[in-house]
Amino acid sequence: MGWRLALRPYVLIVPALLLTCGILYPFGLGLYYTLFDFSASKPQPDMVRFENYETVFTQEAFWNSAWVTVLYAVGAAAVETVLGVAVALLLHRSTIVGRVLEKILILPLMIAPVIAAIIWKLMLQPSVGVINYLLKPFGLGGVQWTDTPTGALLSSIAVDVWVYTPFVAILALAGLRSLPTSPFEAAAVDGAGWWYTFRRLTLPMLWPYVLVAVIFRFMDSLKVFDIIYALTEGGPGDSTVVLQIRAYLEAIRFQRYSFGISYTIVLWAVVYLAAMVLVKHLGKIQRKAAEVK
Amino acid sequence: MTIKKRLLGWLADAALILYFVFALFPIAWMVILSLKPTNELFSTYFSFSPTLDGYRTVLGDSEGIPFVRFFVNSLVVSLGAVALSLLVGLPAAYASARWRFKGSENLMFTLLSFRFAPELTVIIPLFVLYQKLGLFDTYVGMVWVLQLVTLPLIVWIMRSYFADLTPELEQAALLDGYSRKQAFFKVAIPLVKPGIAAVSLLAFIFAWNNFVFPLILTSNEAQTVTVGALSFLGGDRPKYNLTAAAALVSVVPPLLLALTIQRYLVRGLSFGAVKS
Repeated sequence: MGWRLALRPYVLIVPALLLTCGILYPFGLGLYYTLFDFSASKPQPDMVRFENYETVFTQEAFWNSAWVTVLYAVGAAAVETVLGVAVALLLHRSTIVGRVLEKILILPLMIAPVIAAIIWKLMLQPSVGVINYLLKPFGLGGVQWTDTPTGALLSSIAVDVWVYTPFVAILALAGLRSLPTSPFEAAAVDGAGWWYTFRRLTLPMLWPYVLVAVIFRFMDSLKVFDIIYALTEGGPGDSTVVLQIRAYLEAIRFQRYSFGISYTIVLWAVVYLAAMVLVKHLGKIQRKAAEVK
Repeated sequence: MTIKKRLLGWLADAALILYFVFALFPIAWMVILSLKPTNELFSTYFSFSPTLDGYRTVLGDSEGIPFVRFFVNSLVVSLGAVALSLLVGLPAAYASARWRFKGSENLMFTLLSFRFAPELTVIIPLFVLYQKLGLFDTYVGMVWVLQLVTLPLIVWIMRSYFADLTPELEQAALLDGYSRKQAFFKVAIPLVKPGIAAVSLLAFIFAWNNFVFPLILTSNEAQTVTVGALSFLGGDRPKYNLTAAAALVSVVPPLLLALTIQRYLVRGLSFGAVKS
């Protein structure tokens, strides 16, 4: 009977693991492919070992994509964090306005990012889009939003911000509501001002929650695909070709399968390293926050 | 002092309303755009004679894009992925919440880590594999990859629901002569039912909203609405009203679900992130 008991958790987990292996297998296969020069023009590939990776790292296009990806991820995560925390703080005051609006906070998050990008693409059309129409009275009627390199990058970040700010706000709000009340009461008795309380109490205690949101948002933005695909397809020029878009162009559009996968493997490694560093940092922050409490 | 405070309060409310204008205007604008007749698309902005022609065209296949079929496809593959994930995910979540066993934390982290992998890493090999196995552009193939989205979500959130149940409840059931299986199905599962409902809907929404998998692993037969909505942007003349109508139709299920179970969704979203 003893061994059956010991085995039970494994038996219950095996089906989930089998499905997981169904994903691990293609992942391993992809890793294996990158050692070959497998492409549509070369269906019988030769083993080239690490040549694909060498090409990736010596290509200017890769470094451009890496730079664009970092700009996008840092920009989106930073704006979402500041805006999300601000919205959470405002909602936490729980006025009537806040209580009504809180119910619909989640809506943009429920729209597929690709659909959000389509929506914004229609609104940002230079000649017939509603945004330029609304800006016309301010003398800004002809902005070429997605047709200039900077504009395209900023526009795609704006879509990301539109979709994901509620995510940060929800986590921050959950955090705010779980904070202990006694330190705040003590601070109020001592006559501490709003800014002082915010900097010395709210922010340090809230930071672990915010950081979780930042980690999720930063990781996800590093591998952005759908928003850029629908909004700019990487253009104009190479200005918004983030790494997953480059991988898509190489592997699917130009059918250089091995080479395209090498790109995603490099991206995967970067995301993993970033996750490790951030999670380690999260542990430190959580210990610090516990001390403040 | 009180006047200053009240003024600041109004300012805060105004800032909040400003954010929500930013958050809601795009959705409202899609409604307006979708109701515009084709010949008034580029003329007057807020005054026009609204028509449902856009929706008729989108839902009536008349542009050669079978949007209704894409919609049904989305329903089938999203429901399929959620059902399969529940089937294998609930026992796994229960086991990992109830018993600490060798490698349990590593296994759970492995499951979660798939959330961080770039989709294209597995899609391209799957694309090659699917072509060989005949799974390309099929329901089975789509349900299989959507696991990547739904399974980790279900396991991680349900794990914290199960962990919140005290084991005494099931132990009492065992003393009453229930078997382990009965204790799981008759005691544990009914108690976490609200959690199951919430996480299923959340997983459904995530599966429905996925874009990369159907983009690369389907072409026509099993294509979903997220990919289908893009096809109205193609062609020589931009059909903005049709695009808007298609986009709106494709967001109806997730938005309706979100509004009905808003409270649980928030709990689910913050659980998945905070407790991991």
